[in-house]
Amino acid sequence: MAKKLTIEFSEEQAMMLDTATAFCSEKSPVAKVRALLETDAGFDAEIWSEIAGLGWQGLAIPEEFGGSGLGLAELVPIIEPMGRHLMASPLVPTTLAAQALITAGTAEQKQRWLPLISAGSAIGTLGLNESHGDWDLTNLICEASIADGQIILTGEKYFVADAAVADFILVSVRLDGNPALVLLDRAAIEQGSLTREVIIDETRRCYRFDLTGISVAASCLLDVEKTMASLDLITRASWLLLSAEIAGGIAGVMDVMIEYLTTRKQFGRYIGAYQALKHPMAEILCQYEYSRSQLYYAASIFDTDKEAEIALRMSKAQGSDTFAHAGDRAIQFHGGFGFTYECDAQLYLRRANWCQYQYGDAHHHRRKLADLLL
Amino acid sequence: MSESEAELDRFREEVKQWFEKNTPPPPDFILPDSFMEVGTDAQFHYLRDWQQKVYQAGYLGMSWPAEYGGGGKPLMHQNIVDAEMARLKVPFMINTIGLNWAGPLILHSGTEEQKQAYIKKILSAEEIWCQGFSEPDHGSDLGNAQTRAVKDGDEYIINGSKIWTSLGDYAAHMILLARTDPDAKSKHAGLSFFLSPMRSPGIETRPIKKLTGEYGFCQTFFNDARIPADCLIGKEGEGWQVAMTTLAFERGAVGGQAGGQSSIAIEVAEVVELARHVQREGTPAIEDPLVRDQLVQFLMEERSLRLNFARIRVPALTSERPMSIPMSGKLMASEFRRRLCRFAVSLQGSNANLYMGDDDVIDRGRWQRSYFNAFSATIGGGTSQIQKNILGERVLGLPKD
Ligand SMILES: Cc1cc2nc3c(=O)[nH]c(=O)nc-3n(C[C@H](O)[C@H](O)[C@H](O)COP(=O)(O)OP(=O)(O)OC[C@H]3O[C@@H](n4cnc5c(N)ncnc54)[C@H](O)[C@@H]3O)c2cc1C
Repeated sequence: MAKKLTIEFSEEQAMMLDTATAFCSEKSPVAKVRALLETDAGFDAEIWSEIAGLGWQGLAIPEEFGGSGLGLAELVPIIEPMGRHLMASPLVPTTLAAQALITAGTAEQKQRWLPLISAGSAIGTLGLNESHGDWDLTNLICEASIADGQIILTGEKYFVADAAVADFILVSVRLDGNPALVLLDRAAIEQGSLTREVIIDETRRCYRFDLTGISVAASCLLDVEKTMASLDLITRASWLLLSAEIAGGIAGVMDVMIEYLTTRKQFGRYIGAYQALKHPMAEILCQYEYSRSQLYYAASIFDTDKEAEIALRMSKAQGSDTFAHAGDRAIQFHGGFGFTYECDAQLYLRRANWCQYQYGDAHHHRRKLADLLL
Repeated sequence: MSESEAELDRFREEVKQWFEKNTPPPPDFILPDSFMEVGTDAQFHYLRDWQQKVYQAGYLGMSWPAEYGGGGKPLMHQNIVDAEMARLKVPFMINTIGLNWAGPLILHSGTEEQKQAYIKKILSAEEIWCQGFSEPDHGSDLGNAQTRAVKDGDEYIINGSKIWTSLGDYAAHMILLARTDPDAKSKHAGLSFFLSPMRSPGIETRPIKKLTGEYGFCQTFFNDARIPADCLIGKEGEGWQVAMTTLAFERGAVGGQAGGQSSIAIEVAEVVELARHVQREGTPAIEDPLVRDQLVQFLMEERSLRLNFARIRVPALTSERPMSIPMSGKLMASEFRRRLCRFAVSLQGSNANLYMGDDDVIDRGRWQRSYFNAFSATIGGGTSQIQKNILGERVLGLPKD
């Protein structure tokens, strides 16, 4: 039998989970979620500043830059309830952008941006995806060249989260044949270079970012030597935080289903009494428990060793499939109402789809796991 | 005071050495997969001797009270021993029904006399226990059990039949659910629970052949069997509650068990090995992408099961539905084992059609047999369908069906 598997979860994390659960359920009722669907920004600026008051933006930023100096795993008990209540905020993109700077930013870039992020006064995001839809972040069409101390960019980035409100965007490009990251602040983002994308999960905002024509000082380049390490960390952090969002999302869609199964009657009985609905619900519960166990194990060993890659991929694969299945069944279990825009099940089905196809779907991760394990 | 990690590590090392030195060599006959499949005297004696040896070394019932024969030690010690036994794949404990459900039940609800009489001999395997719940006409609908118990002075007279009695042929005692009041207000209220002797006039067992072709359980007949009235555990009419407590121990939904495995551990790693050795289109099956994907799914699931049990130790991460993992453990583990064994059979190509006893069957036919035997746990102890009802109703709060 394999080595001992333990899940570490401190008193502080338990308190964090309680705080975040209470905060998200209070501040993100579904009526609020639906109202935000209609807005440009997609999130509530007031909540964003309340989040800053809680110190969440700076949680995983070193103390010298005004953060709390904790690990990324500390964000899991925050992102999980945010996922459950579909709370919108640029917390994840900002966190990922901060991590990219921590690993590969120049001293000057860190000094300029990290304290602002910690204080909640700057939003950062990442432009990593491209038109081909490949999850491999080193498969790059966008290019950069350097001439006269200027970096000249070409190509288009896809799925740049919250780009319209971001104070800076880190984009990946090919430079001399290798991946490189470039920091573009508001001044560098040209008018008209951002186009809002129509995406399946309407609680989020994503933009296509046309880089062609942008040229910035060479000092906007992140440390080229550390780019691969940085992309690797962003990838792993994304697996972790997506898995957290997914675990919360499964809990959220289960709430919607259980509510209907215990209030809707047909043939004189609550529909939840029928085994054709009850048994799949029990199965979803079991898969949810697996997802959550995989998630918190991956969080426990996130910073430690190479085992983390296995744990993270398992977590992402397990959660993605479970969430997609639960979302799918949620529609069916609502009957005709399930087919409507008004039924909340669709919010979760769309979210499940989003999470599945970001940073590798279940099948992709299992294929990678096969090479790691067999 | 709790012990230091270093002390526990020392203990673990000591345990490991003891088992490495004392585990008997595999016998020349094939061992059963679990306590539900003990079908020959040779299997029985081998396994009983083994349990006795483990108990004498102090590695069973370690956290049970010392005055009844237990070790009086912290549960942590038994957990370490259990983990080592599983890791080293030593044979399982034959007296599972005694160790893990009758024993905890007696400690929980029994009289002082009952504890004195039974606990030590459960641990030493001197007395094997069996369970008389299911009847030919009432299985899942356990509350409808009709075996009669009629009080007559300081005895009860038992009439009726129990079925699928694992270890019935070898048992000294049975935990017996019987009807004392057929006119009670509800079907549950008429039931009582007994710690019945098995070797008593009027009690007979008849072996039943299993789908594997082997023996392993039996039907038990009661014909005016007289048992002492103090065999009753709990009060008359409280049999249903006692049975529910027993089932909670049986399914591992609550703690208090003596320890030890109840079946042979089957690991995905063994199926991975099998996949390396069997062929598909002239190459090892493990190179087939679909086989690889299946193996990864099994590896993930195997880990998920273990991680669930790691998470139980973190109350903050189970507080919303604390019974969810404990109450789904049997369902998930048994269904996993069934699917895994079935997959192992499927890997063998046309050799999947060979069976135990053939000279060329792969791994002595253990996969075919283990697949068949895996149903013991998806049916026994309450079927998977019943488990899903329980999860839906008691954990998710859905209406009863
Ligand atoms: C190897 C083995 C060992 C066993 N050992 C013991 C033992 O030692 N002592 C003992 O008392 N019993 C023992 N059992 C019996 C076991 O507990 C019962 O077989 C089990 O509870 C099912 O009862 P049944 O056989 O009457 O099947 P039934 O209850 O007749 O079930 C038949 C089918 O109907 C399904 N079903 C029944 N009711 C429902 C419902 N409400 N909703 C949905 N589906 C339903 C079941 O899931 C099953 O698929 C053992 C069984 C096996 C296989």
